[in-house]
Amino acid sequence: MIRFDDVHKAFGANQVLRGVTLEVPKGKSMVIIGGSGTGKSVLLKCVLGLVMPDAGTITVDGAARDADRDAFLARFGMLFQGGALFDSLPVWQNVAFRLTRGALKRPKAEAREIAIEKLRRVGLSPDVADRLPAELSGGMQKRVGLARAIAADPEIIFFDEPTTGLDPIMAGVINELIREIVVEMGATAMTITHDMTSVRAIADDIAMLHGGKIRWTGPVAQMDASGDPYLDQFIHGRAEGPIAAVR
Amino acid sequence: MTQVAGFLAGIGAQVLALLAGIGRVAIFAGQTLRHLVTPPFYGREFLSALLNIGWLSLPVVGLTAVFTGGALALQIYAGGSRFDAAAVVPQIVAIGMVRELGPVLVGLMIAARVTSSIAAEIATMKVTEQIDALVTLSTHPMKYLTVPRVLAGLVTVPLLVGVGDVIGIFGGYQVAVRSLGFNPATYLQNTVDFLEPLDLISSLVKGAAFGVIATIMGCYSGMNSGRGAQGVGRATKSSVEAASVLILAANFLLTGVFFSA
Repeated sequence: MIRFDDVHKAFGANQVLRGVTLEVPKGKSMVIIGGSGTGKSVLLKCVLGLVMPDAGTITVDGAARDADRDAFLARFGMLFQGGALFDSLPVWQNVAFRLTRGALKRPKAEAREIAIEKLRRVGLSPDVADRLPAELSGGMQKRVGLARAIAADPEIIFFDEPTTGLDPIMAGVINELIREIVVEMGATAMTITHDMTSVRAIADDIAMLHGGKIRWTGPVAQMDASGDPYLDQFIHGRAEGPIAAVR
Repeated sequence: MTQVAGFLAGIGAQVLALLAGIGRVAIFAGQTLRHLVTPPFYGREFLSALLNIGWLSLPVVGLTAVFTGGALALQIYAGGSRFDAAAVVPQIVAIGMVRELGPVLVGLMIAARVTSSIAAEIATMKVTEQIDALVTLSTHPMKYLTVPRVLAGLVTVPLLVGVGDVIGIFGGYQVAVRSLGFNPATYLQNTVDFLEPLDLISSLVKGAAFGVIATIMGCYSGMNSGRGAQGVGRATKSSVEAASVLILAANFLLTGVFFSA
């Protein structure tokens, strides 16, 4: 279980998180929604230590990020918004990055085999393995990013806007893949998205971040009947409502 | 009075910002040094940096050195002729190239070619979240990106300076022998006789220092770049400016250390 307890974060005068308290149960898929600039990505990055919170605590299975940073990070996989693939490495080395160095290092041939298997899992053929990321379409890059996120069979997977920039069909493919992989691996997942189709496809639970705090959280099935005007406005994409259209 | 105070406050703010920047670079250099001596080490990245910084810089270093050596020979001959000292061309070309022009010009060429490239590459990695991805993949960005490049700069730039010195002297030799009527054997003999071990040592030490400065400034600017294309552009520009100024300042200090007595 991932637990956020009164987490605060500011960048200069911009107070992004103002006391986020949230629990993500083990094995569940939690989707964080909210307007642009509300700190959704910052929240994920705080868990991984990419951004340090100013106040509050974040624990994973009851333990804070401890001294063994590598062991802590080895429990996570992350799909970045833009893929964040390493330009200079071929696709298979991107996927097997964690398996070719550090504590999880395997022989090169085995790492390549695992990478090709993971590529196959996300619907990419083995001939993609030796291409460079720049030679792939946006959808393929997302899938490679997904393959990299699951390469070391992590317990927890983060997805940062997994369908941004994709056409609806490819977005549907990625949503299905994420759902399948999370169920198949039994992993805990946290996803950030604006895409309500993704929310319904991926989520067990959702949490809405607004004004630096969790405005509403609950099972996705209760989302439409929440009665929360902020959530209603967001999920129906209305310009009128308590959330200012111009922020 | 208010305008004067504002002006002074502006100067003070600039000075403070400069000192803070120097402090941040010093901390970054210290962290690099710490990671340099602690595992893990990334051999493949080091070899790749050796190729990029060393081998691929050879053409620009060679061309810079040969033209500079040639021009130096012409200038010394023309200037020396005014007081009957044209015969010192071999000695002055040798000492000028080995002590000063070789290391400085190679350092500046490395700043232009390598520092800018490192800064742009790392800044782009930062903007596209590749640095964050490295962290999530349990790989320390300093160890993976900075240490191999700085180590490669430390190893290859002295070698490039050595090559630049030789090619620069060769450029002067070609001009002196082909255009100015110098005897080839005498020219070479004068060159070899005039140079001292300290000249060569200073040249190589300067090369090592400039290599470290050029690579550290590239990595530092890249790691601390702003967002977007403008951030990458600024990081690249400031890395080259800072590396060039620091190389010239370090050259002055090292020249003082080696030759002030």
